[in-house]
Amino acid sequence: MSEFLLLLLGAALVNNVVLVQFLGLCPFMGVSNQLDTALSMGLATTFVLTLASAAGWVLEHAVLAPLGLEFLRILSFILVIAAVVQFTEMVIRRLSTPLHRVLGIFLPLITTNCAVLGVALLSVQERHGFLHSLGFGFGSALGFTLVMVVFAALRERLAVSRVPAAFAGAPIGFIVAGLLSLGFLGFAGLDFA
Amino acid sequence: MYTAIPVLTLMGLALGYALGMAGRYLKVEEDPITGEIEALLPGTNCGQCGLPGCSAAAQALAQGQAPVTLCPPGGRELARQLAQKLDVQADLSALEADTGPVFAHIDPERCNGCTRCFKVCPTDAIVGANRQMHAVFPEACNGCGQCVAVCPLQGITLQPPAPSLQSWRWPLPETH
Repeated sequence: MSEFLLLLLGAALVNNVVLVQFLGLCPFMGVSNQLDTALSMGLATTFVLTLASAAGWVLEHAVLAPLGLEFLRILSFILVIAAVVQFTEMVIRRLSTPLHRVLGIFLPLITTNCAVLGVALLSVQERHGFLHSLGFGFGSALGFTLVMVVFAALRERLAVSRVPAAFAGAPIGFIVAGLLSLGFLGFAGLDFA
Repeated sequence: MYTAIPVLTLMGLALGYALGMAGRYLKVEEDPITGEIEALLPGTNCGQCGLPGCSAAAQALAQGQAPVTLCPPGGRELARQLAQKLDVQADLSALEADTGPVFAHIDPERCNGCTRCFKVCPTDAIVGANRQMHAVFPEACNGCGQCVAVCPLQGITLQPPAPSLQSWRWPLPETH
């Protein structure tokens, strides 16, 4: 159990997908202007990432590895991720129309979020078992959501603060992202042993 | 490589089939009236009703949250059709000033070819190029007026269509 918890923490903080591995930077910069949309994006990505890493494990161990087709990994993972995203959209639309309206435009964007593909690929590379893959995906997604929320909150405050004209807008956003990334590198010192 | 081709093909077919079945089972029953109303609306998402796009407007209309007179490009005729479709009494007094369809008209004396108007046109009814004079296709224009707002030279006006052989009438007698 504690091992599982460490996996979650490690994926969420120490090896944070956005700020340490620099994956999924497009939604990180693009959808972080408002706190609530950032949170929605984070939650939708959490759902897809967890499902996709599980689907990736099944695909790898049921199809690709037995047939010796590991070189098809990237291509087939993208195929599966796209299908999972489409399926997620259908389910959300069926279950909750308001949620679909909030997440609507973000859901197809997740297909092209490289964090989803990256986490599935990393999980295979690290030879995780099925539950560990699921945990690794969920932890990474939690880390993604956390960073999205933190960054969106920072940017909401930046929007009302006095920024020198040369840095206004995206530049100060990049600087803040860099500082945040430096901060997250500090988690590398966490001793889990 | 020869295993890769059938495996990928099968995978694509299986996923496509699964998604198709999921789409059938998870189908959302939409109110058919919403689709019918959306078909009546211009469909250009110009946003003048204050709602985000024509499908949102159709939903608001179907739920009775918006008046049938909400669509300025549709004008009086659309309000009449919507009232008929929804079986409500339309209050057309707000459209008293609506005397018929209007189309954008670019004043050739003023146009300097800045291309701003055709970038905002939701129906691609304006043709032109940088530093070339622009013109409007009345067949495609729905009179939403977005180009009027962006023209930096106030060179676009909404005008009724030029009289044709079918629409020409004797002018009303004038008293002096």
